[in-house]
Amino acid sequence: MKETLTIKSQIKDNETTERISGSEAVIKCLLAEDVDILYGYPGGAIMPVYDELYKYQDKIHHVLARHEQGATHAAQGFARISGRVGVCIATSGPGATNLITGIADAQIDSTPMVCITGQVGSHLLGSDAFQETDIIGISTPVTKWNYQITKASEIPEIMAKAFYIAKSGRPGPVLVDITKDAQFEEFDFTYKKCTKVRSYKAVPETDSSMVKKAAELINAAKKPMIVWGQGVILGGAEKELKAVIEKAGIPSAWTILGASAIPTAHPLNIGMVGMHGNYAPNKLTNECDVLIAIGMRFDDRVTGNLETYAKQAKVIHFEIDPAEIDKNVKTDVAVLGDSKESLTQLLPLLNKNKHSEWHQEFKDLYAIEYDEVIKNDLHPTKEGLTMGEVLKEINKQTDGEAAIVTDVGQHQMIACRYAEFKNTRSNITSGGLGTMGFGLPAAIGAKMATPEREVISISGDGGYQMTIQELGTIFQQKAAVKVVVLNNDFLGMVRQWQQLFFDKRYASTEMINPNFVAIAEGYYIKARKVTKREELADAVKEMIESKEAYFLEVCVEKEDNVFPMIPTGACVSDIRLK
Amino acid sequence: MEEKQNFTVSVYTENNVGILNRLSAIFLKRHINIESMTVSKSEIEDVHRFTFVVIVTKTLIRKVVGQLEKQIEVIRAFYHTEDEIIYHETALFKISSKHLYDETIQNKMKFRRAHIISITENYFVIEASGLKEDIDNMYEKLKPYGLLQFVRSGRIAITRPKMAISELLLEIN
Repeated sequence: MKETLTIKSQIKDNETTERISGSEAVIKCLLAEDVDILYGYPGGAIMPVYDELYKYQDKIHHVLARHEQGATHAAQGFARISGRVGVCIATSGPGATNLITGIADAQIDSTPMVCITGQVGSHLLGSDAFQETDIIGISTPVTKWNYQITKASEIPEIMAKAFYIAKSGRPGPVLVDITKDAQFEEFDFTYKKCTKVRSYKAVPETDSSMVKKAAELINAAKKPMIVWGQGVILGGAEKELKAVIEKAGIPSAWTILGASAIPTAHPLNIGMVGMHGNYAPNKLTNECDVLIAIGMRFDDRVTGNLETYAKQAKVIHFEIDPAEIDKNVKTDVAVLGDSKESLTQLLPLLNKNKHSEWHQEFKDLYAIEYDEVIKNDLHPTKEGLTMGEVLKEINKQTDGEAAIVTDVGQHQMIACRYAEFKNTRSNITSGGLGTMGFGLPAAIGAKMATPEREVISISGDGGYQMTIQELGTIFQQKAAVKVVVLNNDFLGMVRQWQQLFFDKRYASTEMINPNFVAIAEGYYIKARKVTKREELADAVKEMIESKEAYFLEVCVEKEDNVFPMIPTGACVSDIRLK
Repeated sequence: MEEKQNFTVSVYTENNVGILNRLSAIFLKRHINIESMTVSKSEIEDVHRFTFVVIVTKTLIRKVVGQLEKQIEVIRAFYHTEDEIIYHETALFKISSKHLYDETIQNKMKFRRAHIISITENYFVIEASGLKEDIDNMYEKLKPYGLLQFVRSGRIAITRPKMAISELLLEIN
């Protein structure tokens, strides 16, 4: 019997060595990093690793996606809901290039992910061999780190480094490309987890003098406002943030990726900032005297025109990534470090406060937004269904316990605006890159990471069709994902812009759609289509009660727009209600 | 409008394949042209040093250097203005041998840090070093003799302020 088949226990230190192939070493590295699920698609240059996956299938579950892009988004969904590193695997050439969209998405949304790609044999590198592509060159600008392995002996150290880099500090995607000969080559395997890389400081130390300065500014503020981002979730600082908000009585808003860190119903949660965020926090960004940014990066969709953004305010920026300080907005006090650590240090220095009058200003503006927008979205009187009322029904029937995974477009903005979250890590969406097609596969990964949770994928009819093939993955894996498509037969967000800024010239935004129910049923997934308001509650109930995957198409009003809206490049306080 | 100026960017990195690609991608994504680049070993064993020259605003160079430094295999990155560094470039000029005993060439070389490093039957090669302006000057003067070949190096620079790399590495190690 080959030595490679004498499987020892999961190796976690460098105590033992054994002579195994590079491809088996890859699996052992994954096991040592507690990976029990990965998403991918086989092919020529990665076949030796797949052969080992076959042998180790009782320890590590490979999910066959229907396209490598689907595998990356599934790994992202897995990572975003669980906080663990998502892993995906693909072959060389087209397999590797198909990962790029997901990698770029993970890079801009700071998602920990390790991608393993096969590569042609090292003697063929650079020769334009079959399915050869320079994936290191291609992925460099969109990875936190990448590396090409040409010798089996490099595998343990590089894999350990890959996981450490992907999950530490500000997380991100790492790509490891392994030539086929390195996969076959035998060597003495030993594994040691990586705990530091000398040229990389994962978390800058929190400078207590800066925390003190921040506290002084906050204590002196008359109109303070917090905007938190995903950094709070990535740092596991939800409790600390809540304590800070409550002690100092600060009205607090969130960026799209920060959603769900604090429950929607919390009285000091004043909603979402940004282009389609809530009226009050956008408007009052330009009224506050101290703006406290926590784990967010002042994206242009949040700030609008930088020249007119919060110019009256002192800006405090709590941030793990030094390159984000002063990148977009000049700060008065920068507190580097991990959000949990920084907020823990901040809390005892804060004075108890209420800011009731200031908080009332938010409530007053909310009332305006409610009358002008929210009422019509959630309680429409017109005949056609709105996206908002579908969200309201989902909220009601899941009691806010569901994880909402969205795609990109109008439905995404509506979902983020109206979903009522009770738990953190319940909003999974493509924020920075705005990747249509993200939702469905990400929901698969999220469901497989947390089978106990209700995971609802909400897509539009456009984005849904970009990765619709992943229904096959749902079917094969028996993943009980609930799939909702809000169908307006349009690429709705682009159509909205065409209506508002291009005189209603609807260039290529109308979609002639297929029979979505038939397609879902083709994959043996229970499916239903709703066209009338009176059917909605029953259909959502049937979906939530289903123990298996379920597809629900809701035909909504064709030409509804998402408001409020800050037109591109406009000032945040010029947010439009219609 | 903030003024653009020359900045010399020194990037200390691990000595691995592919780092140049990663660094140049940062300049590329902000549409910055690299005026000059030199890669060499540094004063520290196993640590490489990239020297870039770019013409940008101070606000921009700060952001770019932050993003360079963020790369995993970058140990530290610094930027310096012209008056904060001592810098040099080298150039080689290949000229037909018929001008070798031409006095005007000889005179021109006397006043510059230039000397002949190779002579053959058909051509001779002048090496000149100095500031960019010195080399430009030399180029203009030698051009009339017909340059068979001309090449200049990227800038190499030593900074007047300290760059505390060794201490940093000591601390990490």
